[in-house]
Amino acid sequence: MGEMQTKEQLTPEDFLDPLEIPPIVKGAMADSKPYPAAPEHQEKLGFPGELVDDWHDRAIAKLGELASKYRGLRVYLDSCVKCGACTDKCHYFLGTGDPNNMPVARQDLLRQVWRRHYTFAGKYFPWLVGAKDLTEELLDEWYSYFHQCSQCRRCSVYCPYGIDTAEVSMAAREIMDTIGKGQKYCNEIIGKVHTVGNNLGLQAKALKATLEELEEEIEDDTGVSVRLPLDEKGAEIMLVTPSADFFAEPHIDGLIGYAKVFHQAGASWTISSHASEAANFGMFIGSYENMRKMALRIREAALDLGVKRIIFGECGHAWRAAYSFLNTLAGPFDFLDQNYPIPQHICEYTYDLIQRGVLKFDKSRNDHIRLTFHDSCNVARASRMGDMPGGQFEIPRAILRAVCNHFYDMAPETIREATFCCGGGGGLLTDELMDVRTKGAQPRIRALKEVIEEHGVTHMAAICAICKTQFAKIFPAYGIPMDTIVSVHQMVSNAIILDGEVRDDDDDDAEDDES
Amino acid sequence: MAGVGMLVTTVYAILFYLATLILVAGVGYRIWVYARTPAPLKIPTTPAPVTRAGVVMRIVREVVLFESLFKANKWIWVFGWVFHAGLLLVLLRHVRYFQEPVWKLIALIQPFGIYAGFAMVAGLLGLWARRLFVPRIRYISGPSDHLMLALIVAIGLSGLAMRYLAPTDIVAVKAFFLGLMTFDWQPLPADPVLLIHLTLVAILMMIFPVSKLLHAPGLFFSPGRNQVDNPRERRHLAPWAAELEAAEGRGR
Ligand code: HEM
Ligand code: SF4
Ligand code: SF4
Repeated sequence: MGEMQTKEQLTPEDFLDPLEIPPIVKGAMADSKPYPAAPEHQEKLGFPGELVDDWHDRAIAKLGELASKYRGLRVYLDSCVKCGACTDKCHYFLGTGDPNNMPVARQDLLRQVWRRHYTFAGKYFPWLVGAKDLTEELLDEWYSYFHQCSQCRRCSVYCPYGIDTAEVSMAAREIMDTIGKGQKYCNEIIGKVHTVGNNLGLQAKALKATLEELEEEIEDDTGVSVRLPLDEKGAEIMLVTPSADFFAEPHIDGLIGYAKVFHQAGASWTISSHASEAANFGMFIGSYENMRKMALRIREAALDLGVKRIIFGECGHAWRAAYSFLNTLAGPFDFLDQNYPIPQHICEYTYDLIQRGVLKFDKSRNDHIRLTFHDSCNVARASRMGDMPGGQFEIPRAILRAVCNHFYDMAPETIREATFCCGGGGGLLTDELMDVRTKGAQPRIRALKEVIEEHGVTHMAAICAICKTQFAKIFPAYGIPMDTIVSVHQMVSNAIILDGEVRDDDDDDAEDDES
Repeated sequence: MAGVGMLVTTVYAILFYLATLILVAGVGYRIWVYARTPAPLKIPTTPAPVTRAGVVMRIVREVVLFESLFKANKWIWVFGWVFHAGLLLVLLRHVRYFQEPVWKLIALIQPFGIYAGFAMVAGLLGLWARRLFVPRIRYISGPSDHLMLALIVAIGLSGLAMRYLAPTDIVAVKAFFLGLMTFDWQPLPADPVLLIHLTLVAILMMIFPVSKLLHAPGLFFSPGRNQVDNPRERRHLAPWAAELEAAEGRGR
């Protein structure tokens, strides 16, 4: 696992079935654990700084409370028949063989405690139904395996009752947070959003400078002055985008793409420094309160700037938090223009402009690219775009086909609602979890290698900040160049024809193709 | 009625009153709990229907066809579907013991009911084989999972045994159950196979509300399946979340 390879060294063994089921290896990933949150990270979110003395009782009480507040959790804990349909559906199981990474087994880590304390059978016949007390060892397993779930919902597609392990993981993490056993990566980030407004802790001044730099870069490239406005009151559209778009590759090329689209559409738009983050890690830790607090920042920013529309940039779980939850958490948005979806996805926006013929493209500028598309899990299985179910699959593909001549989908059992998580979602995008991230990416990588082999695919587009970072990071371990991952709006950016642009590099591009 | 016959009749009459009470009250209580528990966030597994009617169709497909299971695993689907379809027919076939006159439809399915009994047992044995021989499924199976299969297989086999090996006086059995319903007790034949069959059925009824058999009502309450995908069009707010907002003087 994880050995470095270059592209030339790829052997037929690299082209394996993405769905191949591994042999079971008990405890294979038991040692995978994220760094614990420091007391200051915990307390900022209203959680105890460290493991409280009466953690056991508090955990049990919290479990009961959550089951009475969330019908999903309650029904999911009761309904599983152990049919096994989900056992081979999780990318972490496929990549590691650790049986606790089978969705039903992951749920059972929590369910056995639920049964012990809250069910007749578990109270009186624990051995019969596998009910267990919450011991320190079990708590340790929780910490380990509920941080090996990216909350991607692939299992929920296949469960006959729609049992969603993501909901179970969220509940488990919330219980752990309330007894003082939080995870550093998520909780530190949430704290930054509460105080500064984005995951990176990027201050307004730095943000301003970054955006100005980008404006210069675009002007150098195209000769057109495309603006990336910050905190402009009275703008019509507020763009809320993952903060990774401001600095990371290939995210930033996507941001340039949005700016060009807005420019060509003649839209008046702005980014907000108060709500300079689309991500909402409150979801990952299952905390309604924290999720809501972050969502309210977006409402406040929209009110403050007096915008009429809210558009979200490319990010998977952020789109779930926006599409599915924003109205609930921070609505009603009766002060916005009701003629547009609230909120709207940048892909919906761009697609609409394409449909209306507002945008012009020179597709040949992407001719050096043979493209595939990675459906991000939260977009695919927890949200929608457009009016039709499944619009979240069709709209990004329609955009890519409009800007690129060579598009090839990966194997059908690995895309759309069956898509595999990148391996880094759900709050796992942190270096100490590199091992599980790399292994969890295996099914997607195998599917990608199939189209590389079959169609000479050179790039894979995604609409999620986490997917982009994750792939850029783990591709090398699989012998794939890291810049194989691109933003959807990066492809738009490449092909879009700006009014009055000067492209002195067109010829260079053509020469590049030959090489 | 006298002696052993009297005792058997009394014991089974009480047993079935009790089992029915536990089944109805227990499942009723569960349904009440599920219905009462709020679903604070929109979490349908997408792509999901965007209308109520669409959701009804989705649930119907799940109940009738086991649609998701079909996508997941063809073997579990075949065995599971055959078992449940068989079970349904068998249950319908049993309705004749509880009514006089018997409905046309119930009379009509009687012949199929027999094959359904075999199908049900075959499906169960298939599921059991997977539980025993597929390492992943063996790993997630506990004693209760095996016992549940054993119980239903035993019910099926004892039922088939009465049909083919050790027939019982079904006219008397029918009189017994009709009598239970009108509180006018009639003697139950004391055939061992019948008594085994009925005991197991009573056990199944009694464990229904405290076991994984809750998957049957559970499916209808699963937010992943029963929610309409319309969070942008309609604000979805749980009562406890509304309270949270009211406490802050926000929302409506
Ligand atoms: C709304 C009605 C029902 C639906 C939609 C339903 C659906 C399902 C599904 C999809 C499975 C998983 C596949 C399988 O293992 O067969 C299952 C399992 C099971 N069902 Fe049902 N079911 C229903 C009612 C019942 C009832 C009334 C019983 C009562 C005996 C029952 C007994 C079982 C058992 C014992 C299993 C587990 C089989 C195993 O251990 O592998 N089901 N059900
Ligand atoms: S939600 Fe995704 S990561 Fe979590 S158990 Fe299910 S398939 Fe695995
Ligand atoms: S598919 Fe659903 S019911 Fe079957 S084992 Fe998995 S969680 Fe349980």
